[in-house]
Amino acid sequence: MTSVLYDTPGPKAKRRNVLYTVVFLAVLAAVGWWVLSVMAEKDQLTADKWSPFVTDSAVWTTFLLPGLGETLKAAALALVIALPLGALLGIGRLSDHTWIRVPVGAVVEFFRAIPVLLMMVFAHAAFVQFTTLDSEVRPLYAVVTGLVLYNASVIAEIVRAGILSLPYGQTDAAKAIGMRKGQIMAYVLLPQAVTAMLPALVSQLVVIVKDTALGGAILGLNELLFQIRPITANYGANTIAAFTVVALIYIVVNFALTSLASWLESKLRRRKKSTGATVDVTDIDTGMGAGVATEVAGPEPGK
Amino acid sequence: MFDFLDNPQYDLLGAFWVTVKLTLYSALGSLIWGTLLAGMRVSPVPLMRAFGTAYVNVVRNTPLTIVIVGCSLVLNQTLGFALGGENFEDIGFRMAVLGLVAYTSTFVAEALRSGINTVPVGQAEAARALGLTFSQVLRLIVLPQAFRSVIAPLANVLIALTKNTTVAAAIGVAEAASLMKTMIENEADALFAVFGVFALGFIVLTLPTGLILGWVAKRVAVKR
Repeated sequence: MTSVLYDTPGPKAKRRNVLYTVVFLAVLAAVGWWVLSVMAEKDQLTADKWSPFVTDSAVWTTFLLPGLGETLKAAALALVIALPLGALLGIGRLSDHTWIRVPVGAVVEFFRAIPVLLMMVFAHAAFVQFTTLDSEVRPLYAVVTGLVLYNASVIAEIVRAGILSLPYGQTDAAKAIGMRKGQIMAYVLLPQAVTAMLPALVSQLVVIVKDTALGGAILGLNELLFQIRPITANYGANTIAAFTVVALIYIVVNFALTSLASWLESKLRRRKKSTGATVDVTDIDTGMGAGVATEVAGPEPGK
Repeated sequence: MFDFLDNPQYDLLGAFWVTVKLTLYSALGSLIWGTLLAGMRVSPVPLMRAFGTAYVNVVRNTPLTIVIVGCSLVLNQTLGFALGGENFEDIGFRMAVLGLVAYTSTFVAEALRSGINTVPVGQAEAARALGLTFSQVLRLIVLPQAFRSVIAPLANVLIALTKNTTVAAAIGVAEAASLMKTMIENEADALFAVFGVFALGFIVLTLPTGLILGWVAKRVAVKR
């Protein structure tokens, strides 16, 4: 698509592009050189600050891998609980009964509108006050609760958009052969909606993994980000090295999930049997989307 | 039940004002940097395209908490950048804005890029036939139309940004979420009331944004 903005370069444009490349490279190199020189000045480049991550397996087995484990555990728990809850809420929002549809809608909109951090802090305080949970597991419970409340409402919207993306003829046909409402949902609509939702659900997993880092920064959950402190304390103030490694682990995990989502999406699009419609998660995740939340991305024309 | 609101120790409006300021400065910064990134991603220079793609993919997959804590811990405390801030409060605020801009601009860039896709090929072809250069095509023909079609997605980014400013609490910026944390610790018996007040505050901030920008989006959209 980008090529519509410019012609295939001729000799003059080619020369100009080379010039731009050189200038841009020079700017990048200058910024990089400046950062490195400041780092060297502050003694962050010496080998002993970086080598532990390669030579000393203890830094992985004691800090990084347990931290990653805790991150993935919190994310997995949140997903496993939020998924059925979100499906229920999403179906509830489509109910024919006003007394179900309206309260469920209010709940979903409320939890989508407020920052997930507020819910984590609230859940933490509520666990302190109303339960006898051990203070060691309390951060994990609080983080998972916050993530579930937020993501169940986001998943509810994904489910709703997925069901609404199906052609109405599906419901009509099911009614014509005498299925009841519950049967239509369970046997006709949901199975088809799941395929349309799949990429959006995987993308939502990225959001969940990223949000677990809040638990470490605010509530003291022993997740990956939280490990930077003990690492720098044990390996001689190697803040930048520790940060780089931790950030890289997050990027690798999330990039794998993002790639899986877009692979699923392109696979679904190519498949002739489904409608090819997929739910666009970016509009839903933000909340309070003034009606745009229900938009569904259809198959791109010409693909 | 709501006695805590009268306690002069808690500057509720002040905290929400910091949240609003964080949102506005970061929104402005992300709009500029995001537009530049989108421009790079569609530019004829392969190196710029590669840089734009790499930046967007890397930063989007990094937790915002890492970006903001990194700005504070790495840039400020380890390398000594202060962005002209004088005291702890100033520096924290500026680092939070820097982190939010770095993160949010990737979403702005992606929204804009999808907006560029909605502009019909013929428009760019006609512009090129008139002899306009790449930057003229982008500046005069494509981006103005792209912006009008992505107001709704950008409104979503703005709402997400408003909610994301709470992450600044992780580096001690005195915005709404950090005040809520303090209040909850001190007023344990009014837990639900405190949570309700802050939830309401965020709804008051985000609901009008969505409604107003949704209305604007419908008005300015290019009818095709």
